[in-house]
Amino acid sequence: MQNNEIRLTDLPDEHGHFGPYGGIFVAETLMEPLDELRIAYERYLQDPEFLAELDADLQHYVGRPSPIYHAERLSRELGGAQIYLKREDLNHTGAHKINNTVGQALLAKRMGKTRIIAETGAGQHGVASATVAARLGLECVVYMGEVDVARQEANVYRMRLLGAEVRSVSSGSKTLKDALNEAMRDWVTNVDNTFYIIGTVAGPHPYPAMVRDFQAVIGREARAQIQTMTGRLPDALVACVGGGSNAIGLFYPFLDDSDVTIYGVEAAGDGIETGHHAAPLCAGKPGVLHGNRTYLMEDSDGQIIETHSISAGLDYPGVGPEHAWLKDSGRANYVAITDDEALAAFHRLTRTEGIIPALESSHAIAQALKLAPTMRPDQTLLVNLSGRGDKDMHTVAAREGLKI
Amino acid sequence: MSRIAGVFAALRDQGRQALIPFVTAGDPEPSATLPLMHAMVAAGADIIELGVPFSDPMADGPVIQRASERALQHHVSLRDVIGLVRRFREINDRTPVVLMGYLNPLEIMGYEAFAEAAAAAGVDGVLTVDIPPEEGERFVPVMKAQGIDPIFLLAPTSNRARIERITAAASGFVYYVSLKGVTGAANLSLDSVRDKVAEIRACTDLPVGVGFGIKDAQTAAAMAGFADAVVVGSALVSRIEANPRDMATATGEITAMLAEMRAAMDRGK
Repeated sequence: MQNNEIRLTDLPDEHGHFGPYGGIFVAETLMEPLDELRIAYERYLQDPEFLAELDADLQHYVGRPSPIYHAERLSRELGGAQIYLKREDLNHTGAHKINNTVGQALLAKRMGKTRIIAETGAGQHGVASATVAARLGLECVVYMGEVDVARQEANVYRMRLLGAEVRSVSSGSKTLKDALNEAMRDWVTNVDNTFYIIGTVAGPHPYPAMVRDFQAVIGREARAQIQTMTGRLPDALVACVGGGSNAIGLFYPFLDDSDVTIYGVEAAGDGIETGHHAAPLCAGKPGVLHGNRTYLMEDSDGQIIETHSISAGLDYPGVGPEHAWLKDSGRANYVAITDDEALAAFHRLTRTEGIIPALESSHAIAQALKLAPTMRPDQTLLVNLSGRGDKDMHTVAAREGLKI
Repeated sequence: MSRIAGVFAALRDQGRQALIPFVTAGDPEPSATLPLMHAMVAAGADIIELGVPFSDPMADGPVIQRASERALQHHVSLRDVIGLVRRFREINDRTPVVLMGYLNPLEIMGYEAFAEAAAAAGVDGVLTVDIPPEEGERFVPVMKAQGIDPIFLLAPTSNRARIERITAAASGFVYYVSLKGVTGAANLSLDSVRDKVAEIRACTDLPVGVGFGIKDAQTAAAMAGFADAVVVGSALVSRIEANPRDMATATGEITAMLAEMRAAMDRGK
């Protein structure tokens, strides 16, 4: 590698750019608060005391390190690569989201903020935010689209049990993107005492970098664990991509390992050709939304269009800017899995390994089901099992015509 | 001299301040906007801010969000808004028009294509809420090359260094967001606005407009005591929302409110 070549792991640059993507596209009122956040984040990520507290919380509260598990029976059935699962589903609250909320909440506390806000789609990030707020005694308001409030009742109740106020958002398409708009409006109004915990690697700088850094614990652990178990690096990584935080968390520590192939899996919904999907990297084009330049689902006038996925956590029209750059630079491959393929994978992993995956993670499993048979049995495939499927019981049952 | 500079120069000579109404183009339907623009000029508007509808208006309160939604039901696009200005110019060649909106429609159209079409139609300025000067290194020169003033926001959170940076990039006028919040909010503090406007004036000779949260003639007059322009949006747009099928009544209420503001701002001058 030449000296003047920029390494992917050195990004973003000081202005938050990943190639042409990322940046800070917000109204002026938020520029100063974002700068304050960037300074605090840069300072505390070098602060041994902060890092020790974060590590202790990740170990004792979240339950890290999460194991990796060799899915032997599934691998044997497929007759190809050995599939290993990074078990983020075993974290406290049931998904990778808590890695980030624990980190951002500690930062909020250090910055003297007394109130936290968050947006949520499926409710996992909302629950993870409400959880850390309860523990640290911070006021918590979670914005959630009216459509999502209706389809994720159990998570709404969990957030309320934890003491959070859930505000239903009835503007626009009434889903995750509108919840994010409303959280930004709250932040701009209450910027003095409020910390906005964004749940994914999108938004204005420093969020994409900061959320990645808090999630990269996934890849750091997995990189060491898989070498202990197999004696070498994996041949390929697979993770689902909505905003892309679990994926970047797994990918980032492997970016310099050029022999490791990387697959990000978007939601193809009813099929890319139908237009009813949530796959901006596979079928969208670059634009500016929610504070950053990235691939978006948009029409020819630049209006953001509604997305569809069976998985609420992937139902978002944008994607983290680092993924946009990993796509353009060719370092990662982005593919899409339909609702039906994800459901089939959901059932197959459940029956074969006794692990019920979240519908989001089922997209990654479905891609692994396609890839493994094309690989040799001495090769390995590391899949991020980003969350557990308990929250999806109603959705899956309803698809089968059952009411539970 | 640009239309915007001309208007501010003339008003300064008269010791008066600009009244700038904002309405969303295509709200509640596309044919409503052109007659409303002419009516607002007749009622005392010096500059018109025309909102470009966007699906995700992050900086706007509920009133202007819903105006965008109404316009988007008719698929009002950035090109449609430019077309509206072209038709406005067939009758009115003196009142400046500033397009206000979000960056993505301009990104998709392309900065150069937008600037050329907008300049040809008679657009005078563009206020893109979500592009700070840091991200505008390509945007600003493209607009200026076509004679379009890039108008930037300043906020209560803008420190001295940012005020200097923004006023250096801006032309036409600068727009001070009078409160921490979204358009149409209710937490306005006159004293803090006065102090901040003074701080801005120390950095620039550009006219300073004030907006967000100005709801009545009394507040407009108070702002005109120290600002060069007063922007009023949600208070007007709420009249359209209150009269969804009766644009004549909505227009009457809007022009009455503007005339009252105009009179209050000019009182004693």
